[in-house]
Amino acid sequence: MFTIERSKANAELRMAVVSALQDLMKTDDKVVALEADLGGASGWTKIQKTNPDRFINVGIAEANMTGIAAGLSIGGWTPFIHTFAPFATRRAYDQLYLSGAYAHNTVNIYGSDPGFAAGPNGGTHTSFEDIALMREIPFSVICDAADYVQMRWIIKTFSKLKGIHYVRGNRKAVNNIYKEGSEFELGKGNVLRKGKDVLVITAGQLVWDALEAADELKNDIDVEVVDMFTIKPFDFKLLSECLKGKKGVVSFENHSIFGGIGSIISEYLAERAAAIPLKRVGICERFGEVGSQDYLQKAYGLTSADLKAAIRSFANR
Amino acid sequence: MPIDSNEIKRLKLVSANIRLDVLKTLRKIGYGHLGGSLSIVETLSAIYGKHLRFDPKNPNWSKRDMVVLSKGHAGPALYSTLANFGFFPKEILETLNAGGTILPSHPDRTKTPGVDATTGSLGQGTSVAAGLAYGFRLNKTDQVVYLIVGDGELDEGQCWEAFQFIAHNKLGNCIVFIDVNKKQLDGWTKDIINPFDIAKKMESFGFKVWKVKGDDEGAISNAIEECKAQEWTAVCIVLDTVKGQGVKYFEDYMDNHSVKFNTDENKKAADDAIKNLEAFIAKGGV
Repeated sequence: MFTIERSKANAELRMAVVSALQDLMKTDDKVVALEADLGGASGWTKIQKTNPDRFINVGIAEANMTGIAAGLSIGGWTPFIHTFAPFATRRAYDQLYLSGAYAHNTVNIYGSDPGFAAGPNGGTHTSFEDIALMREIPFSVICDAADYVQMRWIIKTFSKLKGIHYVRGNRKAVNNIYKEGSEFELGKGNVLRKGKDVLVITAGQLVWDALEAADELKNDIDVEVVDMFTIKPFDFKLLSECLKGKKGVVSFENHSIFGGIGSIISEYLAERAAAIPLKRVGICERFGEVGSQDYLQKAYGLTSADLKAAIRSFANR
Repeated sequence: MPIDSNEIKRLKLVSANIRLDVLKTLRKIGYGHLGGSLSIVETLSAIYGKHLRFDPKNPNWSKRDMVVLSKGHAGPALYSTLANFGFFPKEILETLNAGGTILPSHPDRTKTPGVDATTGSLGQGTSVAAGLAYGFRLNKTDQVVYLIVGDGELDEGQCWEAFQFIAHNKLGNCIVFIDVNKKQLDGWTKDIINPFDIAKKMESFGFKVWKVKGDDEGAISNAIEECKAQEWTAVCIVLDTVKGQGVKYFEDYMDNHSVKFNTDENKKAADDAIKNLEAFIAKGGV
């Protein structure tokens, strides 16, 4: 069970990953952490200090890191790897696909700074397509962590499973949604706000902005907000229930509208010829660029104001 | 201890059986990756016939040594070896590449008893082997990884990423074999992407290197023995081989990466080689 306890950002998301891995290493002697020379950026050098035998820095070689993780998996280890989201997915895709998934190995991946979270690292370090790529890997699991509490839960949950598991998330502090101690269920979305007019399906740090938008519209439009933190397997049962009686549905994602939450919902609606209109708020046909996270969130049209405009478009139906 | 003449004779019989089954399999199905399979026959014979710790009745035995055939297109040679060492009946060999087979063209650890790593996308086996060897080190076991890489495969940058990792971590429990048969699919390696001096390259990457004739089971076995004595040094055996090794006609056949048995000449060459190998084996390898 989860409890909502919204508060402003106070803890870095990367430290959720670090502390979860350090906790795991106390009780699970098979967990290993692999870095590709971003230990200082991910905070994983802290794992090197507490667990030197279980931290492997492969150097700047993401494809190699992914293959090494697959080899460790054959030997019975539970590898976690980290690099920036585009390098974890786009750059090492065939290694993830073949050495990892096709060979039935276990590789747990933290792809950091997706979408506008790349901030000052700019377009070369930006991923709008990591979810789309990961979706194409059979039996993969994909999560987008909304906050610190959820990220810790995701990392700990991945450690108990076999297969390819990907979680994306900012390295920096994001606003808190959940109370410490909240529990989740992989493959189950969380209805954070009930509403009867318009449904918003989102994930990751945009959950905060979606709730803000819903709060601000409450006198005009009754908005339902779902944190679909497990993007694959997608909770279609919940989607089906939440769609009932709604004037429209909005997908709101820090990702391309092709291949992510927006695509998944549109596939679902099309297969059922459902007469519910969908608006996809996300990235469309553009590359990343450099700037502060706030600047980029605005530039990419991913603020609560952008979401509100999409929700309002359904108001007169 | 260096290998003795009786052991060498025994390994030559093993090699003859592996080579025979590669030829019979590919002749039967009509095509296949002949050249690169034949060039590693003696290496597989020395590894499985002399050094590897395995149990064909329990292929997933947790204490086994592991073989990573990174040059996965040589799958037919690995399958012939596994069949000869009792991992599965030889009759299964002729199901190679057939729908539903346990023997896909490129090795798949989820399908075939005795296959430890899924390979075929070239270069990827090197990293997997590095991970296996690192894990053995963490476990403080003396298990060994035998990693077989092609010289054409060295075009793939991932090999060099993995070699750096193996050398940096002094993973002497990962014996790297490079099958220098001097050809890749489109022709001679020196004409496509010149590999220059592979032994020197490996030395400069931090490996201790042995240069061995790749058709000499005794020399290969002795090199393996010396590699195993070097615990904290990355080790590499550079094999001087011929693509199509052991069958003169196919050694001289230029496009011998994948051979089709659709001409009278190719069929006859394979049939003659099969007869000669059967006669050699019937006489006990003399």
